[in-house]
Amino acid sequence: MIDLKVKLPGLTLKNPIIPASGCYGYGREFAELYDLSRLGGIAIKSATGTERFGNPLPRVAETPSGMLNAIGLQNPGVDVIMEKELPWLAQFDTEIISNVGGSSKEEYVEVVKKISQHPVVKAIELNISCPNVKNGGMSFGTDAAMAAEITAAVKAVSAKPVYVKLSPNVTNIVEIAKAVEAAGADGIVMINTLMGMRLDLKSGKPILTNKTGGLSGPAIKPVAIRMIYQVYQAVKIPIIGVGGIASAEDVLEFLYAGASAVEVGMMNFTDPYICLKIIENLPSVLKKYGFKSVKEAVGRSHRDE
Amino acid sequence: MQEEKGIIRANQKIAADTYEMVIQAEMTKAMEPGQFVEIRLPQFSLRRPISIASINEDTFTIVYKVVGDGTEALSHCRIQDELDLFGPAGHGFPIHEEKREVLLIGGGVGVPPLYEVAKRYRDLKAEVKVVLGFNDSDAVFYEEEFQRLGATVCIATMDGSLGCQGTVMDAIFEHSIDTSFVYACGPKPMLAAVEAKYQEGYISHEARMACGMGACMACVCKENKQDGHYRRICKDGPVFQLHEVIV
Repeated sequence: MIDLKVKLPGLTLKNPIIPASGCYGYGREFAELYDLSRLGGIAIKSATGTERFGNPLPRVAETPSGMLNAIGLQNPGVDVIMEKELPWLAQFDTEIISNVGGSSKEEYVEVVKKISQHPVVKAIELNISCPNVKNGGMSFGTDAAMAAEITAAVKAVSAKPVYVKLSPNVTNIVEIAKAVEAAGADGIVMINTLMGMRLDLKSGKPILTNKTGGLSGPAIKPVAIRMIYQVYQAVKIPIIGVGGIASAEDVLEFLYAGASAVEVGMMNFTDPYICLKIIENLPSVLKKYGFKSVKEAVGRSHRDE
Repeated sequence: MQEEKGIIRANQKIAADTYEMVIQAEMTKAMEPGQFVEIRLPQFSLRRPISIASINEDTFTIVYKVVGDGTEALSHCRIQDELDLFGPAGHGFPIHEEKREVLLIGGGVGVPPLYEVAKRYRDLKAEVKVVLGFNDSDAVFYEEEFQRLGATVCIATMDGSLGCQGTVMDAIFEHSIDTSFVYACGPKPMLAAVEAKYQEGYISHEARMACGMGACMACVCKENKQDGHYRRICKDGPVFQLHEVIV
């Protein structure tokens, strides 16, 4: 029997597979396809202080082995999420991670203060890395001092552990990771999308109305692996890995680099059953490479064997 | 919605860059007119949302235009090949049994989903008028197919190479068509013209999608009312009532 359980601050995951925020809504659409209790956890769509409609269409463009998105944190606002979505999610035996976005330090603090009180929410994922909002978002996550300041402010009011979701659009991600750890972060989620652009061949203009978008999908997997590998060596807090995961073998690679659990993003669009398939395949893949548990594989790349 | 490997039974060119594909799949039984299927092709990151043109016993038909690499790849699929499907997706065209007369307005690749609507109204013995717009005569398809259902068909081409010269609206004017209940699918300017002229009926909208099932928020539009919220074209649509949303 292969042990898939993962214990992290605030989270007891029955397996390490978590659909990534923004790729899974609040779970309702996927609940029509399978039992959400099969999942280790769910990182739900961002909550902001008030309703956000997001960016003008088109918001997505396909790329080789990935896609660009510029949704713009569309969500009904923290109050509606707490009234309508979280009580509905309570029926499932899975750990809910609430992703929180914002345009100012005050907004992050206000939203975390509210939503972290909800009994369904087991952890906060602080989104200081969204590349698609004009004010705030990624600008907080690309400066170490700013990232630390927001992390500390949010930690001071949060009733649950805080995981900071890091942007890969930086020169030195290790510096940011160390800064948020020093500011009290309980964990790190990495990486958010890489900023990219596609141009229309007829018009010569960007396909996305927002011009730039966040690149996700298997195309960014090697970048995620490299960054997790570097950050694992520099911090003590756990890392949840994300970036182009499409198979149980990919999960193992993330575990080796130093992730304790993983989030699956874009591939939910390509194959809506991908999380289930990965959960089903993970034990045999772990066994094939000689592991009895997920835990044993974490950080393997860094050990002398 | 379900994931299924369908079997391609036919895939042939029926007009300029336009192909008709017949697919055998279990999910056919669950299909309604105006819904779409999400097709996954090897080497492509996202599924292709393609509207359903015709629903039969255990096969359904799609008609698609080669507009990019994905539809190009689809055009090279062979008979007996498996096709990775997810669907049927979205909310389609409601059929009103009491209507004695309907007008179907289609432009280009917006024509296909109207075909199953015409079949349903033929079964109800209602009068079906069809106005189809294309760029030129090479692009025209399904004129005879609609006629075989007993529908009155008018064609408009932008260059005048077949039927009326101009848009579908020009053809409606020229043929003095006064049916007021419409079903429409086509390019945005056409849909705007339909909404400017008509009050009752349904429009199928199009948008770039990612998930095709309502989770990713890539294809949202606003409700056409004060304090309106958003609607997802893939999940709440693609068919909406006339004037229900602003796309």
